[in-house]
Amino acid sequence: MALVVRLANAGAAGAGVSAVGGKGASLGELARAGVAVPPGFVVTVEAFAAAMAAIDPSGAHRASVEALDAADLAGIAGVAARLRALVTEAPLPAEVAAAISSGYADLGADAGARAGAEAGAGADVAVRSSATVEDSAEASFAGLQDTYLGVSGAAAVLGYVRRCWASLYNDESVAYRRRLGLPEAGVAMAVVVQRMVAPRAAGVMFTRSPVTGDRSVVAIEGTWGLGSALVSGDVTPDAWVISKITGDITSRRVSPKVKIHIPIQNGSLTPPSPPSAAPGEAAQPVAEAGGQAAVPSELGWVAVRDNPAELRDAPCLTDDEIRALAAVARRVEAHYGAPQDIEWAVLDAPFAQASGGAGASGGSAASAESRVVLLQSRPETVWAAREVTPAGAPKARAADHVLALFGKPL
Amino acid sequence: MTEQAGFPLPSQIEDVPGAENWRSMYQYFTRFQPEDDKRFWFYNSMHFPEPMPAFDTITGEIPYQAIGANTARLFVFPTTLGIEHRIVNGRVYITANPVLDPAEIERRAAEFGPRAGYYFENWDSLYEGWKERLRALIAEIESISVPTLPEWEDSDAVFSASGVSQNHYLHERFHRVLSLYSKMWHHHTEMLMLGYGAYVVFFQFCQQAWPEISDQTVARMVAGIDVIMYRPDDELKGLARLAVSLGVDDLFTDGCAASDVLAALEKRGDAGAQWLDAFAKARDPWFHVSSGDGFYHHHLSWNDDLTVPFTALPGYVAAERAGGIRPRPTSQLIEERDRIASEYRALLPTDDEKAAFDQMLGLCRLVFPFVEDHKFYCEHWFTTRFFQKVKEFGALLARVGVLAETDDVFHLHHTEIDQALADLSLAWAGGTPPLGARHFQPIIAERKRMLAVLKDWSPPAALGPVPEALNDPAVRMLWGITQERIQSWLNPDPDEVVGVAASSGVVEGVARVLFDVSDISQLREGEILVVPVTAPSWAPVFAKIKAAVSDIGGSMSHAAIVAREYGMPAVVGCGDATKRIRTGDRIRVDGDRGTIRVLQD
Repeated sequence: MALVVRLANAGAAGAGVSAVGGKGASLGELARAGVAVPPGFVVTVEAFAAAMAAIDPSGAHRASVEALDAADLAGIAGVAARLRALVTEAPLPAEVAAAISSGYADLGADAGARAGAEAGAGADVAVRSSATVEDSAEASFAGLQDTYLGVSGAAAVLGYVRRCWASLYNDESVAYRRRLGLPEAGVAMAVVVQRMVAPRAAGVMFTRSPVTGDRSVVAIEGTWGLGSALVSGDVTPDAWVISKITGDITSRRVSPKVKIHIPIQNGSLTPPSPPSAAPGEAAQPVAEAGGQAAVPSELGWVAVRDNPAELRDAPCLTDDEIRALAAVARRVEAHYGAPQDIEWAVLDAPFAQASGGAGASGGSAASAESRVVLLQSRPETVWAAREVTPAGAPKARAADHVLALFGKPL
Repeated sequence: MTEQAGFPLPSQIEDVPGAENWRSMYQYFTRFQPEDDKRFWFYNSMHFPEPMPAFDTITGEIPYQAIGANTARLFVFPTTLGIEHRIVNGRVYITANPVLDPAEIERRAAEFGPRAGYYFENWDSLYEGWKERLRALIAEIESISVPTLPEWEDSDAVFSASGVSQNHYLHERFHRVLSLYSKMWHHHTEMLMLGYGAYVVFFQFCQQAWPEISDQTVARMVAGIDVIMYRPDDELKGLARLAVSLGVDDLFTDGCAASDVLAALEKRGDAGAQWLDAFAKARDPWFHVSSGDGFYHHHLSWNDDLTVPFTALPGYVAAERAGGIRPRPTSQLIEERDRIASEYRALLPTDDEKAAFDQMLGLCRLVFPFVEDHKFYCEHWFTTRFFQKVKEFGALLARVGVLAETDDVFHLHHTEIDQALADLSLAWAGGTPPLGARHFQPIIAERKRMLAVLKDWSPPAALGPVPEALNDPAVRMLWGITQERIQSWLNPDPDEVVGVAASSGVVEGVARVLFDVSDISQLREGEILVVPVTAPSWAPVFAKIKAAVSDIGGSMSHAAIVAREYGMPAVVGCGDATKRIRTGDRIRVDGDRGTIRVLQD
């Protein structure tokens, strides 16, 4: 097994979920299905194992974790903190560090954006944990949902990969495993490192209505800037419902989007430009007044700002963009053969161009599609698990349907 | 009785100041009774957006006796009797009369099944027979001659020993006109209620299967493409082509007056004669399209007022010269309809549901030609002839001095016209002038004055207690009255006009409110048309506008179907759009949600 796997190969033969985690495998499958996904690589479970073999060669540290009593919170806190410090700070095997640095350098070369830049500079990336466990409750308790945005430079990438790894030894994660009596030997994690995109707008979409379960529509929610504003609950998103079959947008709700999340790139802010601005046009500076400082929290380096007035009440997507998202959603759903729950971003310029290649721009839904990237797709589970009453059954004669309707008492 | 949720009781409606005498225009059986306070009534703005002239109340009286007879007595619909109507301050309110007793419903259902089943099983052949019966009715009403009451009877009357003078025929023929109108309405409802029933079951099925589906999308799966309501517009295009090929197209310029063009064509030799000949052929029957839905005498047809066709002709002539009029993309439309239907069908999870879908869609497509085309035969062709005939009686009464002008006849109830004809009959026979002028002319003057006052009254959307359950299929399918609609009436948004989402898309633009078809020349390219109703006669304007809004109509109405074909947003059946929107207003038409917002500057 390789220490790192390019995203395009993640989830393929020899690099399955047990090696690259669910997130990595899903992104790889999307990329292979022809959907635009920001380029990246996965630090595999093998890399984690190699690192742990160096950090805790005898397994004594992990054995001491396994020996803890689930009720002994103070004991857990002490042991877990020590192990976290080791995971983030102890020397790594050279081949692991080299594999990650080289994966990162390839990414810069992929993007072609930083050619000739000073040594140490590189692509801005997102570092996200990719759990190998299927159970989402376990993933959630085990701290396997970490995402660090706006990470730049090989050293920083390495640091955040290790923070992801260390999250396996969060107090809650350890306590959770001790409660269930899970063996520490089975603990493993992959990490996805992906080029950052600075979206004009981002959000989620469902290929069936989350409200009614209707499979003929795509329900889209979005906000300006990074989708983290929506996920964190900082904004009420704009929402649309679009028919997959007619392309009609049957519901529109534009909400006041008070806050905006913006990735910080080398300390500078890049807010989205309003839809009226041509792609590539200089972005308006975000008002500093009332704004908050950048937060290097679990989100990584993201600025939470007051949304400028001209963006707050404006829909974050044009009709062409809505149709483009719906078209991508249909393709992804058809690929998986089941309704999907998708995270998306819409860029200012065609994706190929943004990531270094050439690309056209324009106003139609087709060209809007070139500015769409997906960050995640997973199967919809709520409606899939629900019993749905059949809409009707055939009768002896077609007219019997009408006779039944008028014969129905009030 | 429970506390009102917000609608006034019928007994609480006050007379409009200056029109306190409105009751004198209408028959006693149209007045609200004290016990009517216990029932829920709604304003039928869809058919009657204006106060009713006295004669025009016949468009309530006759249709409601036909619809009720059809549902209650002819087909014995299990859950519904008829529809009752009342007039207050000139406005028509209606209520459905439901059957609530389960035993009674069951007893009626046993009758209804075989009766309705017979019509569905034999739909196509019954529809063929129906068309023949309607054509016969139309031929008969066209053939009725209004007596001219000459000084002397023609001597033929003597030598053929007819023995009957013309004044005898005044009543007989007037009654025949009314009788044919009633018969037309019985045929109108004969197949329509069942046809709508087929729509309702399919709409309900689709809403169950795809809760987010819009009515207009369901309608698109059903809509046939070759329906005769396109004929008037197609005829115009044909006449434009002919004008170009005959070289008389120079006469058709923007703003040209019909009378000038026709006079000029008389002087253009063979080419002019050929065009006029084709024009005469096209006019009968295809110009018998009303600018409304045939519920008011002033909803004139193209034949009554040639403004609409002659406003459209220059545009079509120009298009023909510039490379030919684009034909309707018929096969594309059929493909699109079938694609939508098959993609929705493919989403159904079980074979049973697919089979039910096929049955219901099949039934809808079976009834569609009747449901769509009956309007041309009934509301347009026949009704145009009907009003023209009544107008001939008006011309006679004006000629003998009873009426100040021909159209005043529409300010008399048909029973009052009967009186005037009795008076005239006696006077002609007795050799004296009729007495009607002294009696009727002040009444008519007062009624015209009152109608102008009543026009400014804003009738409440509904009256009486809000019903707990409102699922009468007839009310739903004809008027779209649902609990949601009632709630929107109770809590209106002052800047939002709500109607039926008829054709998707959202546009903003400048409104052009047109009440009369003769104002059509005011319309500018790219404006949003706001009208009381769009009937087939409006078809040519769709080439010019950006969106359409109407007071009257549903998702299967003419405006809806044409707007979808042109791919422009439309909201229909708004009730009061022409009142709340003014020409020059910037408005946003949301054809997906069925709303129009008046934008503030």
